[in-house]
Amino acid sequence: MSRGLQWIHALAQGPEVAGFPASVKVIDGELDNRPARFIAVVPDPHNPFPRARQGEVGVLEGWGLAKAVEQAIEADKGGQPRVLVAVVDVPSQAYGRREEALGIHQALAGAVDAYARARLAGHPLIGLLVGKAMSGAFLAHGYQAQRLIALDDPGVMVHAMGKTAAARITLRSVEELEALAAKVPPMAYDLANYASLGLLWERLPVAAIEQPGEADTASVREVLTRALRDIGDSRDLRSRLGASNRALSSQVRERLRAQW
Amino acid sequence: MTDVAQLLHSRSFVELSARERAKGLLDAGSFRELLDPFERLMSPWLQAQGIVPQADDGVVIAKGTFDGQPLLVAAIEGVFQGGSMGEVGGAKIAGALELAVEDNRNGIPTAAVLLLETGGVRLQEANLGLAAIAEIQAAIVELRQFRPVIGLVAGAVGCFGGMSIAAGLCSRLIVTREARLGLNGPQVIEQEAGIEEYDSRDRPFIWGLTGGEQRYACGLADAFVADDLQQMRDALRAALAAGEPVQPRSRRHQQMLGLLGGLGENCPQLDAAQTRALYKGVLQ
Amino acid sequence: MESLSFTFPAGAAAKRRALVGCVGSGDLEALLEPGEAGVLTVKVLTSVNGSGPRWEQLFQRLFSGQTWPALSIDIHDFGATPGVVRLRLEQGLEEVNHD
Repeated sequence: MSRGLQWIHALAQGPEVAGFPASVKVIDGELDNRPARFIAVVPDPHNPFPRARQGEVGVLEGWGLAKAVEQAIEADKGGQPRVLVAVVDVPSQAYGRREEALGIHQALAGAVDAYARARLAGHPLIGLLVGKAMSGAFLAHGYQAQRLIALDDPGVMVHAMGKTAAARITLRSVEELEALAAKVPPMAYDLANYASLGLLWERLPVAAIEQPGEADTASVREVLTRALRDIGDSRDLRSRLGASNRALSSQVRERLRAQW
Repeated sequence: MTDVAQLLHSRSFVELSARERAKGLLDAGSFRELLDPFERLMSPWLQAQGIVPQADDGVVIAKGTFDGQPLLVAAIEGVFQGGSMGEVGGAKIAGALELAVEDNRNGIPTAAVLLLETGGVRLQEANLGLAAIAEIQAAIVELRQFRPVIGLVAGAVGCFGGMSIAAGLCSRLIVTREARLGLNGPQVIEQEAGIEEYDSRDRPFIWGLTGGEQRYACGLADAFVADDLQQMRDALRAALAAGEPVQPRSRRHQQMLGLLGGLGENCPQLDAAQTRALYKGVLQ
Repeated sequence: MESLSFTFPAGAAAKRRALVGCVGSGDLEALLEPGEAGVLTVKVLTSVNGSGPRWEQLFQRLFSGQTWPALSIDIHDFGATPGVVRLRLEQGLEEVNHD
């Protein structure tokens, strides 16, 4: 059982909502006494798309995520927008011919659009990283969240591209790439370096990340609740700015404003 | 105009630099660049890795007018580091779009056009590029609530990676025959999936599957334009006038899940013609 | 990557600034700005290590042929050939002299 599947069931405690691709799990539960929809992408060995059988975000997953989020936006119109929790355990986007032919970029845009509009419509959006959060897959599932929380574990990592491919594209050996990653925080694959960029709201340790027990589940739910309260009425991603390793992102904005 | 006269007057858009493209699209004399190269807001991350930076980090941000209306142009220079998005260039685009949203909240109807020539995240700034792209995407979706965000992929780099998702978020998308649009670059797919899956050196195959003409035929782009500055301006005018689609491409999950469901339990490999046939009527 | 700087005699300050080129393969960008009268300074950031003497020679030839206006020139070089360097700088000169 994948981490994503373990954690979504542990946290949401309810039946899976029907009507989605087998690789997209949706469970309606609650958080801080407020309705909450938990969403995860999980491996499906029978996925009709062979390049998306190990939890990758492909065409079905992109459009499936879009549907899961749109459904919540539609259902809550005029009422209290439910919390959305993206449980993130996505090794990559799907790399394949079928995917490019069918416009996988558009499928992922479907997911990003839905998440971003949900946030703008007042759905508090939290990304919980329990495994890999890679590249386009993370953009489609989690990166639109107002608060990003990561379980502190070597298997939890954020990056733009796997090491082998990144080495090839930048014309370096994997060893050279690793040596650079050790010196350049945004290139690193580990959580501590990622946290230094100011993009994570919180990191928390758990006892058994592969098989969360009651205590782990409770402590993660407690952090999710605090994140929800911290979000308050905000609808933007501004809380990510401010870290010294990301100072230029703020400086560019300030100078643009001055010249606007 | 006769064909010959038209030929004499035509000016290639693809051959222009990012700055010239931005200037050429805006009303004559209205171009005003923000954070221009003389401010030397360069990538510290490239320099730390012994890579020569560019003074504008490969992104041109310009304000001006188009047919008298306020327009923001964000143009990526594909020649510098493959148009890759690093911290500075990414923040320039995200920050400018965020200010365009503020304009609209203050009653100034600023629209935006993104000139996309990019391989996606700059791998030397990996996580900072990825974060910036998430913020660009957030700002596109927000600005669209007020005014259209038009994407334009002209070539020669094409539009890949996280920025292809950004292209998929635009209100309208304009492409040329030289353009390519796809999530994963051919080299990366070949690396990850093997040469039988994707031969990165087979150019006709790649253009056939991801080229501007194919994307337009499938409804994944709204306008297919010749490589000519004047025709590009006309297409931009039409796109801005058409405004936000009633049902944007990025919200067609129902139609798309229907289409994908029809491909069976083992989706076969697809070629360009089969894909066009599948898409017929789905996105248009 | 290597960082180099050079100084040459020059005429009166240039009238305006100019940007030419792009940091693409075999090319460079040069930012030319009005400098202190009588002095032309060039700072080069180049991807080609050990190319100091080559730049020195090239600039000697280029800047001694005619009197250049006083400029402060910043070059970001991505392996431009001497021909391309000359072309870009002459293009820049034309632009800073333009009324």
